[in-house]
Amino acid sequence: MEITPSIRVKDLTRQYGALTAIHKVNFTVNPGEVVGFLGPNGAGKSTTMRILSGIMSATSGSAWVGGICVAQNPHEVKRKIGYMPENNPLPDDMRVVEYLRFRARLKEVPGRKIRATVLEAMEICDLARTARRKIIGTLSKGFRQRVGIADALLGDPEVIIMDEPTIGLDPHQIQGIRKLIDNLRGKHTVILSSHILPEIERSCDRVIIINRGRIVAAGTSTELREEFLPGNRFSLSMEGDASQVIPQLAAKGFEATILESTPLAENRAKLSLRIENDGELGPQLIEALSNQSTFTLHSLAPREPNLEEIFLAATKRSWEETIETKPKITT
Amino acid sequence: MRHFFILLKHELRMLFISPPTYIAAVLFLSLMGFLYWAILRGMVNTPSEVLPTVQFFSIFWIPVFFVVPLLTMRSIAGERSIGTLDTLMTTPTSRVAVVLSKFAGAYLFYMLLWVLTIGFPFLTQKLYPHAAESGALLELAPLAGSFLFLATSGLLFISIGIFASSVTRSQLVAGMLTFTTLFVVIIGGQQMGNLADAGGQLSSWVVATVNYLQIFEHLDDFSRGIIDTRPFFYYASTTFLLLGLSTLVIEAKA
Repeated sequence: MEITPSIRVKDLTRQYGALTAIHKVNFTVNPGEVVGFLGPNGAGKSTTMRILSGIMSATSGSAWVGGICVAQNPHEVKRKIGYMPENNPLPDDMRVVEYLRFRARLKEVPGRKIRATVLEAMEICDLARTARRKIIGTLSKGFRQRVGIADALLGDPEVIIMDEPTIGLDPHQIQGIRKLIDNLRGKHTVILSSHILPEIERSCDRVIIINRGRIVAAGTSTELREEFLPGNRFSLSMEGDASQVIPQLAAKGFEATILESTPLAENRAKLSLRIENDGELGPQLIEALSNQSTFTLHSLAPREPNLEEIFLAATKRSWEETIETKPKITT
Repeated sequence: MRHFFILLKHELRMLFISPPTYIAAVLFLSLMGFLYWAILRGMVNTPSEVLPTVQFFSIFWIPVFFVVPLLTMRSIAGERSIGTLDTLMTTPTSRVAVVLSKFAGAYLFYMLLWVLTIGFPFLTQKLYPHAAESGALLELAPLAGSFLFLATSGLLFISIGIFASSVTRSQLVAGMLTFTTLFVVIIGGQQMGNLADAGGQLSSWVVATVNYLQIFEHLDDFSRGIIDTRPFFYYASTTFLLLGLSTLVIEAKA
C-alpha cells in the first residue's frame, strides 16, 4: 500500500508584487520524518512554512498536508498542523498554563482532555514543574521557546512546523530542544528551519536547501555531500616545504589538489587536500607522505565536509545558475 | 461559534487584567462624573426645558472620542504587531470569529462603562432626594431611550475602531484613524445638517439623506421616546459593512 505523504508541495510559487519569494518549489515529506529547511535569510523558508500552515495563500501551485489540499480546505489542514512561527510571538501578560489551555481550546481539544493535554505538552517541554504558573512576559528566551513548542504540540498534530526553533538560545538550551525533536521523531512529521547548520545536521533525517526561492538541494547530508563536494578530503599538518606535497603524492599515483593552505608558526602549515582516488586512502597516504626529506608529516585526518560547506557550495551553484538564466527571462 | 466564545472569554479576561482598561475606566468615570455635576449645577442657576439626563447623554461624544480609540486600537493592530495574530490564524478558527470576538469584547466593555454612569443619578438621589425628584433624574423613559441610543450607536463606533485597528499594525495609527473617523462621523454629520439648514432650496432627498446621517438627531429622537427603525438600519448596516471589511483585510493582509 502506498503511504500518503505527510506533506506534498507541487510547483509552489509566491510573489510579493514584483518580488518572487518562492518559485516552483517541489518536495515531499513522509510521515515520521524530521526535515530541515536550510537557507540564507530571505530565501523563502518562512514563506513556504506559512503557506503550508494556511496563514498565507500561494500565488500558484499546490500543497497537501496529510492528503488534504491547503488551498481548498485550510480549516481541515489547520487541525493537522502545529505551527511555531518565527520569533515565537506570545502574549506577555498571561500565565504559561493559562495560555496553553486557551490554545488547546482553540485547537478543538475536547473539554475533558484539555487538562491532560496541556500537562502532557508541558511535561514534554519540561515546563510542568519549573514555569507552570509563571507569567510569560517574565520568562527567559529558552523558556519562551519551550512554551512555543509546547503550543505546537497541543492537540497531537500530524505535522509540526517550527520556524527557527533554536534562534537566540544558549548551547544548553539548544541541546534540550534537540533532545525534544529526537523524541518527536517517528511520532510526528517535523519540519524545522534554521540557519544554524550543525543543528539541522544533527537533528534532521533529511535536509532541503533553499536559496532565492528555489530548492537547490534536497536529501540526507551524505547524499548532499556526494553531490556537491565529491572526492575525499583530508586535512594534514606538516613542517617543511608545503609545495612538495602535491608532486610527492602525484609520484605515488594520487590525484590531489590543495583546497586550502594555512601557514602556522615555525615553518609549519596546515593543508586541506582533496584526493580523487577511491578506496581506503588513509594508510596509503600516511605511507606516501612519511619519510620525506623536504617535509615532515605531523598529522593526517579525514575530513567530512560539514553541512556548512555543502550549503555554501549549493547556494553558490544556484547563484551562478540564476545569474546565467536571468537574461533569458528578461528578453 | 464555539471559537467565538473561547476568543471572547479570552478577550474579556485580557481586558480585565490589563492596566490600560482601568485607566480608561477611571478617566471616563471621573470625566463623566464631573460633567454630570456641572450639568446639575447649571440646572440650579438657569432653569432649562431639557431634562438633565438628556443633557448628560447629549455629550456622549466627548468620552466616545477618547474611550473608543483607547479600547479598540490595541485589539487587532496590537496582535498583529507582536505576531500573535499569526498564531491565532494557525488554529482552526475562522477570521469572522476573530473579528467578532474583538468587536464584542470592546463593545461589552464600552457598554459596561456607560452602565456604570447610572450610578450618578442614584448617588444624587441618595444624597439629595429632593433635588433628584424635582430634576426627574431617575425618570425611566429618557434613561431607557438614551441607553438604547448608546447601545446602537456604540455598534458603529466600536466597529470603526476595529476596522481602523485591522488595517494597520501600528496602534498609534489605528488610534488616530479611529479618532478622526469618529470625528467626521459625529461632528461631520452635524455640520452637514447645518449646511442643509442654511441652503433652503436643497431638494428634499438631500435633506433626507443628511438627516439620516445625523447622530445627534438620533439621540434626540431616542431620548424623547421616538424609536425609529431608520437609525437602527443605519448603525446595523454600517457595522456589518465595517466588520465585514475588517475580516477581508485580515484575510488579505496575513
